Amino acid sequence: MENMLKIYNCGVNDFKNVPCLDILKFRQTIIEQVNSGLRIATLFAMPADKLVCVLADDTNGSLYLLSSKVSKSYPSLTPACPQAHLFEREIAEQFSIIPQGHPWLKPVRFPDSSLIGITDFFKVAGSEIHEVAVGPVHAGIIESGHFRFQCNGENVFHLEISLGYQHRGIEKAIRSGEQKRLIHYMETLAGDTTIGHSLAYSQVMESLSNCYVPARANIIRAIALELERLANHTGDLGALAGDVGYLPTSSFCGRIRGDFLNMTAVLCGNRFGRGLVSPGGVNYDIDNSNISDLKQRIKAAFKDVSNAVNLLWETPSVLDRFDDTGVLTQKDCIDLGVVGVPAKACGLERDARFNFASGAYQFSQIPISTWDTGDVFARAYIRWLEIQKSVNFIENELENLPDGQTLSNPSALAANKIAVSLVEGWRGEICHTAITGNNGQLLHYKIVDPSFHNWPAIAIALRNQQISDFPLCNKSFNLSYCGHDL
Amino acid sequence: MDNISIRIIQPILALILSPLLFGIINRTKAFFAGRKGQPLFQTYFDLWKLVHKGVVYSKTTGWIFRAGPIINLSAILLITLFIPLGHSKAVIFFDGDIFLVIYLFALIRFFTIIAALDTGSSFEGMGASREAQFSALTEPALFLALAAIACGTGKLSLSEILVSITSKFWLSHISIILFVAATLIIVLLTENARIPVDDPNTHLELTMIHEVMVLDSSGPDFAFIVFASALKLWVFTALFAGVLIPDIGFGFWPNLGICVLAVLCVSVVVGIIESCIARLKLLFVPHFIFIATVFAVLAMVFVLRK
Repeated sequence: MENMLKIYNCGVNDFKNVPCLDILKFRQTIIEQVNSGLRIATLFAMPADKLVCVLADDTNGSLYLLSSKVSKSYPSLTPACPQAHLFEREIAEQFSIIPQGHPWLKPVRFPDSSLIGITDFFKVAGSEIHEVAVGPVHAGIIESGHFRFQCNGENVFHLEISLGYQHRGIEKAIRSGEQKRLIHYMETLAGDTTIGHSLAYSQVMESLSNCYVPARANIIRAIALELERLANHTGDLGALAGDVGYLPTSSFCGRIRGDFLNMTAVLCGNRFGRGLVSPGGVNYDIDNSNISDLKQRIKAAFKDVSNAVNLLWETPSVLDRFDDTGVLTQKDCIDLGVVGVPAKACGLERDARFNFASGAYQFSQIPISTWDTGDVFARAYIRWLEIQKSVNFIENELENLPDGQTLSNPSALAANKIAVSLVEGWRGEICHTAITGNNGQLLHYKIVDPSFHNWPAIAIALRNQQISDFPLCNKSFNLSYCGHDL
Repeated sequence: MDNISIRIIQPILALILSPLLFGIINRTKAFFAGRKGQPLFQTYFDLWKLVHKGVVYSKTTGWIFRAGPIINLSAILLITLFIPLGHSKAVIFFDGDIFLVIYLFALIRFFTIIAALDTGSSFEGMGASREAQFSALTEPALFLALAAIACGTGKLSLSEILVSITSKFWLSHISIILFVAATLIIVLLTENARIPVDDPNTHLELTMIHEVMVLDSSGPDFAFIVFASALKLWVFTALFAGVLIPDIGFGFWPNLGICVLAVLCVSVVVGIIESCIARLKLLFVPHFIFIATVFAVLAMVFVLRK
């Protein structure tokens, strides 16, 4: 571990303390550490051709930072460490640093805006192979992304996912932009993860400015994060039911998701939690009438969601669709560095709330929910387990809300620091990394949405599956397009 | 009761009432889902809207794509003339018209499939291949079931078969009737793209069977397709009701009333089925259809044993 700087979640350190290794040593260290059980939380390049990597150790809650100087190219990590795949493609896209020997080197997005949608796809040859192209415009009201299937009849040999249609240049805007706007970029980075990303951002800013967050604010943040999880998990379970044509759960969950969103509106007036979290705490306090209102609502909504979701587990035709569909093996999961619901559905204990506890989670743990079959059923069931635990958590926290301030004033950012914050959003681990320059300005800001880790997992899970099961499988991951494209 | 004006009522009822079946199914599903649901007459509104719209044809399509909806609607209209309601004679009947009806269905399928292939879309191609596979399996089941009931009644035209299903025949041949009815309900669900075989409400083109084959159709063409599928549903439910419910012996009008009521009830049952179970994995759809074939074989066994 001598080649790496160890910090904890929401930790901060001088950027110069991050070991700057020779590129071969850098590569070798990452590969060795990943083989010994760590995973890449983020890997990015920054101006002046520097590579920075954050490795996460789920067993002891530490984060390890290391960096390296590169010139035009370096030997690729991906062949030995598949979870670097998208990160290296992104590095090549953004900084023209070529990972030599990368098996499928092409941009993650469409850097040349005149060539959007034009790219090479992996092709399977043969007279019995047919190619199916889906998107970027879809039949439902979803985001845009392109899926290219190589099929033999109904069987999928290979799926390639091509994203980038939602690219808005957020990271670039953060570096050049005014600091007041940042929180709004974060809130709309992935619209369904407003709390998750604004919380990760706020934690980074608080670390960099050494700002103390009041206990009451920490708990309101955690409640909001869990409400976001409840709303989205409920919506997902409904959508999964809808995809197999099982009507009752589908309709009821759609309504109950709205009930959870409305609870977030009780906290801050916005159903998605916009304007709630801010560096230093939360912008809105709740009074006793809000608390009793929330308690009532959550009790009623939990009763409804239990009835609706339990129908799924009691209906054999639904279980038949969920079982053994889109299986992701635990080995693939580890190799690809999958996080969040799909990782927990493979029996991996990856949950930043527990492993890298910050804020209110340091004092009230939520046990990690896991299942070991790795199929659509497991991913659905993890959502149900998490719903129960989140409801329990919110009820307990509302009971014991400490008094006091909800917002402290953050001071200016410290100069020449690096800070990392991990938040377990409802999809999985969100990682924000910030590096400040000489005047405390943001030199570099790197966002990793859980979707960035997980998109390749869908392609793997779909191999040798029926193409007609793709929508179900995709929904069981329910990844973000805009969170990936940034 | 053989006069032609009464016989002509049957297809006219089909034309008027068939779009209502979709409304009933949708309202039933909405009820089970705790929703209010779309208006009962929504399909009529849709048809009205569609016939007033223009048509968009893709440049890759040829005359087959344009002819498909017309041929399909004509064929299903012809079929309705053979379908008796209320145990009387249909407008047209002759010995062996069963075969004509089944092959008219095959004609519809053929033109739906090649019209879908004509678009050159990979989605429509997938839908077409699924349709071809599943219909190849339902056809023997339907044939066997109708053959069983034809053997049982000793008649060879649909009209005469259904006229022969009196309450006396019904009681003495109950096992045959039930097996044939069971075959017919499975064939009905499969042929009309209902759950558990297909999901008419889904927007997921990769999972569709029937709906995906008509994705490129628009305007009056699509109205023809929607109306043809409403009529198809009507024909199958009428056939099912005609086999399952015997002639009660009070003459044409009560029988007709009961039959229409039964058709509407069958749509409620279809709605309930769709509310209670999920769709099958596409791989298991053939297994589901084999159940229909097994029922049809059992019906045949019972007929031959008698």
